[in-house]
Amino acid sequence: MAKMIWLVPLFPLIGFLITGLGRNKLGKTSGWIASLAILASFVVSLLVFFEVKGNPVTQIVPISDFIHVATMKIPFAFQVDALSSIFLLVITGIGFLIHIYSISYMSHDEGFGKFFAYLNLFIFSMLLLVLGSNYLILFIGWEGVGLCSYLLIGFWYKNIDYTNAAKKAFIMNRIGDLGFLVGIFLVFSKYGTLEFVALQNLMATTPFDATYTTAIALCFFIGATGKSAQIPLFTWLPDAMAGPTPVSALIHAATMVTAGIYMITRSHFIFSTVPYAQHVILIIGLATALVAATIATQQNDIKKVLAYSTVSQLGFMFMALGVGAYTAAIFHVITHAFFKALLFLGSGSVIHACGGEQDIRKMGGLSKHMKITYITFFVGCIAIAGIPPLSGFFSKDEIMLHVFMHPAYGKIFWSLGMFAAFMTAYYMFRLLFVTFWGEFRGSQHQKEHLHESPSLMTTPLIVLALLSAIGGFIGIPHVLGGTHELNHLLESVIGVAAHEGAELSATNEMMMMGVAVLVAILGILWAYVGFKKYNASKNATGLAKFFEEKWHIDEAYDAAIVKPLYKKAFFYEKYVEKMGIDGLVNGVGKLIQDGSNRLRILQSGLVGFYMFLMVLGIALLFIIQLWYNKN
Amino acid sequence: MLLIILILVPIFGGLVSFLSKNNSQLPALGASLFTLAATLFSAFTYYNGHTPIAIDLTWIPSLGANFSLNINSGLQVLMLALTAIVFPLVYLFLNNKELENKSTFYGLMSLAQAGLMGVFLANDALVFYIFWELALIPVYFLSSMFGGENRIKVTFKFFVYTFVGSLLLLVAFLIIYNHTSNHSFAWTSFVESGKSMSGSMQNWMFWLVFLAFAIKMPMFPFHTWQPDAYEQSSTPVTIVLSAIMVKMGLFAVIKWLLPILPLGVLHWTNLVTILSIIGIIYASCLAIVQTNIKRLIAYSSIAHIGLMIATLFAQNQLGTQGVAIQMFNHGINIMGLWLIVLAIEKRLGTQNLNEMGGIAKLAPKFTIALVLISLANIALPLTNGFIGEFMMFNGLFQSTSPYHIAFTVVAGLGVILAAVYTLGMIQKVAFGELKNSQVVFADLSINEWIVLIIIMGIILWLGFYPNVLMSLVS
Repeated sequence: MAKMIWLVPLFPLIGFLITGLGRNKLGKTSGWIASLAILASFVVSLLVFFEVKGNPVTQIVPISDFIHVATMKIPFAFQVDALSSIFLLVITGIGFLIHIYSISYMSHDEGFGKFFAYLNLFIFSMLLLVLGSNYLILFIGWEGVGLCSYLLIGFWYKNIDYTNAAKKAFIMNRIGDLGFLVGIFLVFSKYGTLEFVALQNLMATTPFDATYTTAIALCFFIGATGKSAQIPLFTWLPDAMAGPTPVSALIHAATMVTAGIYMITRSHFIFSTVPYAQHVILIIGLATALVAATIATQQNDIKKVLAYSTVSQLGFMFMALGVGAYTAAIFHVITHAFFKALLFLGSGSVIHACGGEQDIRKMGGLSKHMKITYITFFVGCIAIAGIPPLSGFFSKDEIMLHVFMHPAYGKIFWSLGMFAAFMTAYYMFRLLFVTFWGEFRGSQHQKEHLHESPSLMTTPLIVLALLSAIGGFIGIPHVLGGTHELNHLLESVIGVAAHEGAELSATNEMMMMGVAVLVAILGILWAYVGFKKYNASKNATGLAKFFEEKWHIDEAYDAAIVKPLYKKAFFYEKYVEKMGIDGLVNGVGKLIQDGSNRLRILQSGLVGFYMFLMVLGIALLFIIQLWYNKN
Repeated sequence: MLLIILILVPIFGGLVSFLSKNNSQLPALGASLFTLAATLFSAFTYYNGHTPIAIDLTWIPSLGANFSLNINSGLQVLMLALTAIVFPLVYLFLNNKELENKSTFYGLMSLAQAGLMGVFLANDALVFYIFWELALIPVYFLSSMFGGENRIKVTFKFFVYTFVGSLLLLVAFLIIYNHTSNHSFAWTSFVESGKSMSGSMQNWMFWLVFLAFAIKMPMFPFHTWQPDAYEQSSTPVTIVLSAIMVKMGLFAVIKWLLPILPLGVLHWTNLVTILSIIGIIYASCLAIVQTNIKRLIAYSSIAHIGLMIATLFAQNQLGTQGVAIQMFNHGINIMGLWLIVLAIEKRLGTQNLNEMGGIAKLAPKFTIALVLISLANIALPLTNGFIGEFMMFNGLFQSTSPYHIAFTVVAGLGVILAAVYTLGMIQKVAFGELKNSQVVFADLSINEWIVLIIIMGIILWLGFYPNVLMSLVS
């Protein structure tokens, strides 16, 4: 089946073409066609997955030559192994659920067909990203994902703010892309190949150059900070909320933001050799987890809370990458995909019910009106908060365990990470209480309109809630009597995790789990005390205000980069270009013109002057000829 | 004979157009289609056999000038193909457009095409020089006769600028000619002659030759004629200028400078590279703040060309192949952009970005073309713009200069800025609400749509399957 891997991206591509070309004629069927395409990919992915699971060897499936010149040969080829097949399942599985949900969610939108075309293109790009057997194909998918996010974030293009958000997402991603590209150039100019397998072998056999490899790793990491929304390039992700809610679910859960995690895991053989780069990743990951969590605690837009939550959770994943715990990072990608898709789709259901309202201060008491949404959302909240036995507990615990064992500053980082985990539980339950508990605070008109969403929307919620609940069982640690299936599977790709040799004693490990659970419960209690009976009149002050205003990071970027850039550009335009260079040119031109006016040669205009110069040319020709003959 | 047809047919078409009163478009279109067929035929002949096609007729024996044309490289094939593709597409796009002096317009356009074909075919310095001028003269007339209010002034500047360059080039060619051992204008003699010059002589000879090319491309800081000329010329003429004539400069550097004055090139490489990289950033910044869509595209083009020049002077095989590929693709993409502009001008009668907006809702076909071509302009993977840029950056990165990393990174900033101004352009043109609610923005007509579909087809075809280009340049 692995030989047929090209079917996986092919279905969404066909789906894109059909729904794109027939967007005006197909009507509602385009939603089903698009969903069917993803379902087909999912089925193939499942077959491939079980084949890989049975026999985890890396297979390369060449499609054609992409670049083929004397000094650069890059095939268009797919790589099938445990890592890519796991991602295939996540992307197509969750992608499918989001498609189904969107059929109902987008049913009244005039751009219905176009929306599904974009969604399919999005999935196609993401599949290309995880299937490529070299950095170039990965990069193609990488940029494709960026493009689709641009198209989808700015989907409601009549609103200029939305298109600004789309533009911002694309440009911030491009900044990261430049880093990634330079990393690719570094790799290629030294090793002459971009193939993962070949590169890994080459790097193992050639002399190790620490500085060079660190440079590669850091460049790649810059790329990852763009796509996976880490400090300093994370500000596009919260703005990306401008897109329709299913898009947020797709970007945050199954696709896009996981790209950076995937890319670094794919390049584990580079990163594992350069501790300095790993430290950087660890610190950035931790900082992002903390900063984003503080912001999430003070947001009042239901989607913004979730968006900053994503940024924070991605920070956790990067912490895992920073300590070389690739499996833990992937584990968290998977569980996070379940509960974050659930939470976003749940928030979509809420927004749908409230007639487009996104401000939680104007919600409240929704649990009475939308039982399924409430219960599934609740499941998502406890999953992300890290209460066992739901999925978030296992993956987050594994990350924190690895961080704890980091030789240099494990304990400090673990404590700070725990604080971020505490805030996670707090802001999620704050969101839950304010939205679903208490009394409805919206208008009377909205109140009459409150309703549970149709089954096309609730079914995906139920499925995702189930997955969020049991998804952690793919990685139950040994200490709890599990076998950690995921670890076994991924060992074939990334080898044994860094700290595997230095296991903590079982008691210590159990104790740390206990602490983690305690911290989560504390966070929930804290939120319970504060928001059990929420009244919307209080305004944030002091530090809370600073968090609500997102640390003023957007304003800082605006003042430090955007404004100076425009200033510089206007300066160039006015002084350097118009007055400077062009002024000089025109000055010379005027001099000639004046001179020739006096000679009365220019009277006939252009043609006359041309003749004049021609004569001049011929004269020169003769002079030179004479001069040469004399020599 | 085949090669002569490539030049003669457009000349013939042009002459007939001049003479015809009403359907002056037909002879021009017919000739350009015939030329396209002949070009494709020669391309396939060259491609299959990989043997040069050449013609060498005695012309002025006393001077050692032969009428010598050849197709001997993938680059030439690409440039000929580009020229042959651009003209018929422009004619088709213009289909129903009412022009004053129609016959003059089509006549001059055809003559320009003939000149351009000659430039890319010439294998003799005198022939090259004559075609170089021959291509320019019709364009001068076109720019001064059709276009905006300031066209006369602007064309005059353009004309003086390029003519000064041409004059210096002529001088340089005569010096090289006098230096040849056999008094010949043949390309091979020129290479031999130039190489035999002393280092110091090559150093100053370099500027005599290069200035003409630098102005034509144009390279920072010799570029100021270009935004003005692009803005003021009527858009079909702008297409000829930017899609093809700009490539004359690059082509000439590859064929008539790098091999002939290797020591001079080496001596000035750093300076030229630094200038072109400054040009990338500088032009990109200017593009960001333009409110006139034609000027925006003009500066965008300067930035793109800057990267090509820098890569050419890195003198690295991979990079040079990338440049060849990019020269073709840039021509296709910028033609697409100009056609988009033409469609806007025809409907809204403005070039001011602030007076546009909201077109996406009214004209979905137009918007698809706008977005896709713009994305190709910023080298998105799976469009034709990507491969060449990727190879060029790799080539620049692998150059032997000690500053190669700095060069690449700074040039790379242009990639980010390109996204800023290109997405800004899309946004201002198509998104938001319509500024003037009275305007009815009709979607593309059939002939416009067909032309843009062909362009988008090329963009995607070469984006997904660049192998065609690869085998041509390797």
